[in-house]
Amino acid sequence: MLQVDSVVKSFDDFKAVNGANLAVGKGEIVAVIGPNGAGKTTLFNLITGALKRDKGRIIFKGEDIGVLPPYEICKKGISRSYQIVNIFPRLTVFKNAQVAVLSHQRRSNNLFRPAQDIAVEETRSILESVGLSDKEKSIAGALSHGDQKILEIAIALGNEPELLILDEPTAGMSPEETSATMELVKRLAQMRGLTILFCEHDMDIVFSVAQSIMVMHQGRTLVQGKPEEVRNNPFVQEAYLGVE
Amino acid sequence: MSLNLVVGHGGLFQFHHGVFYGVGAYTVALMLKKTLLPMWAGFIAGPIVAAMIGLIIGWLCVRLSRLYFGMLQISLGSLIWVIVFRWYSFTGGDDGIPGIPMPSLLSSLKNSYYFILIILVICLIIMYLILKSPFGNTLQAIRDNPQRCEAIGINVKRHQLIAIVIATFFAGIAGVLFVALERCVFTDLLFWTFSLEIFIMCLLGGWFTFAGPILGAAIMVALRTFVGIFTEYWTLVLGIILILIIFFLPEGVMGYFEKIFKPRTREEAEGGNR
Repeated sequence: MLQVDSVVKSFDDFKAVNGANLAVGKGEIVAVIGPNGAGKTTLFNLITGALKRDKGRIIFKGEDIGVLPPYEICKKGISRSYQIVNIFPRLTVFKNAQVAVLSHQRRSNNLFRPAQDIAVEETRSILESVGLSDKEKSIAGALSHGDQKILEIAIALGNEPELLILDEPTAGMSPEETSATMELVKRLAQMRGLTILFCEHDMDIVFSVAQSIMVMHQGRTLVQGKPEEVRNNPFVQEAYLGVE
Repeated sequence: MSLNLVVGHGGLFQFHHGVFYGVGAYTVALMLKKTLLPMWAGFIAGPIVAAMIGLIIGWLCVRLSRLYFGMLQISLGSLIWVIVFRWYSFTGGDDGIPGIPMPSLLSSLKNSYYFILIILVICLIIMYLILKSPFGNTLQAIRDNPQRCEAIGINVKRHQLIAIVIATFFAGIAGVLFVALERCVFTDLLFWTFSLEIFIMCLLGGWFTFAGPILGAAIMVALRTFVGIFTEYWTLVLGIILILIIFFLPEGVMGYFEKIFKPRTREEAEGGNR
C-alpha cells in the first residue's frame, strides 16, 4: 500500500533522513523504531507532505505522493497524529473532531448552514469509538495530556483514512494510559480496517503490537522484517537493542 | 466587525483593513458622481469592488505568514491610498469628493440612520451565521492550528483567502454606509491610521468574541466624544486604557464578560482537566 524508496532529506548539511526504505501492506500494523534523532518523525513528515523529500520516491496506492501538498495527501487517505499534542486548543472536543469530518466530506466551505447540524453522527461515532463522548463539550486545551493524545487520534480518524500514521501515540502517558491507548489502536485497526504505521520508544509495546518492524539508525533503514527477525538481527542488536 | 472575522476568528494579521472600507466608499461615491447609473447599482458595486481588491491583495498576502502578511498588506494598501491621493482628475485627490447626491429616501438624517441600522443588522446576522457554519468553524480551527488543518485535508491558504474576500466585502458595505451618512469621501478613509483605529476597536472589545468589536467601537467613539470635550489629546487616554486592557483583560472587555457570565462552560472545561 505504501512504499518508501531510498528517500533522502537534508536540513542544510545535516542529513536527517538518508536512504530510508519502508513497505507497508494493506491492513498491517507497522512500527518504526530507532534512537532519538534517527529520523522517524522526519520520515513521517515526508510521507504526509509536511516536508518535501530531496530524493527518492514515496508511493501510495501506486501514485507518487512525494510532490503533493499535505491536504492533497490527506485526501488520498493518509491521516496522522503528532508526537507533540497538535489539536485546536480553543475549540471544544466535538468541534476538534468535526472539523476533520467536515473536511473529509468536503463541506468545509459551506457558509450558510449551522455547523452544529452537520456531520453530527459521524463525529459522535468517532468520539465514541475512542472513548471521549462524555467530554465532547469540554474545551480541548483544558483536557488532560492523555485525553489530548487520544483526541489527536480522533482528529486523524475524522478523515476516514486508510493509512493512519501515529507518531509516538503514547508519549508522556502513564503506564496505564499507555496500555489502554495501544489497546485502542489495535481495536480501531480491527474495527475500521485501518492500516497503521507508528513509531514508539517502548519496545514491549512495539514487539507486542506490530506485525512488521522497521529499524532506523542515523537516517538510514537498517532492516525491516517480522518482530522475531528484527529481534535476532545482529546489526539491530548492536545499534539499538543492546546485545544481551 | 468584518475585520474581526479575519483577525479574531481567522488569526490573520489584517493590518490594513481600512483600505477596503475606503474602496467601498470611493466606489459608490465615484459611481454616483460620475455616472448616471441608478444609486442602487453604486450601493451594490461598493462591496463588490472592495471584495475584488480584497481578492487581489489577499491572494498576494496569504502566501506569507503572520507578521509578513500584515506588512505586505500595509504596503499594498498604502499603494492604493497613494493612487487615490494623487489621481486628482479622477478621485479628487486630497480634496476628496464632497456633496454626493443621495436619493430623497435617504435625505433626512433619521432616514439614513434607519437605513444604516437595517443594513447593519442584516450584515451582523449574516456574519454570525457564517461564523457558526462549517466554514467559520474551519476558519477558527485554522486560527488555532494551521499546520494541523493542512494535515486533515484543508486547503488553508484558499480558506483564508475566501475569508478575506468575505471580510472585505463587508468592509465595502461599511464604506457604502459611510457615504450614505456623510455624503462625502476623503483619502483619510484609506490611510493606515484608520486601519489601526479599527484594529484597536477589535482589541478593546475582545477579538475572540462576536460582539466585541461593536463594544470596542462604542468605547472608542465615546472616548473621542466625551474626553475630546476636555482635551484634544484624548488619544492619550485611549493609549492608557489600551495598555491596561492588554495587561489585565488580554481577551478584551467582551472576552472578560464572557468569562464571567459563562462559568458553566468553564467548569465543564475544568471538569475534563483531571
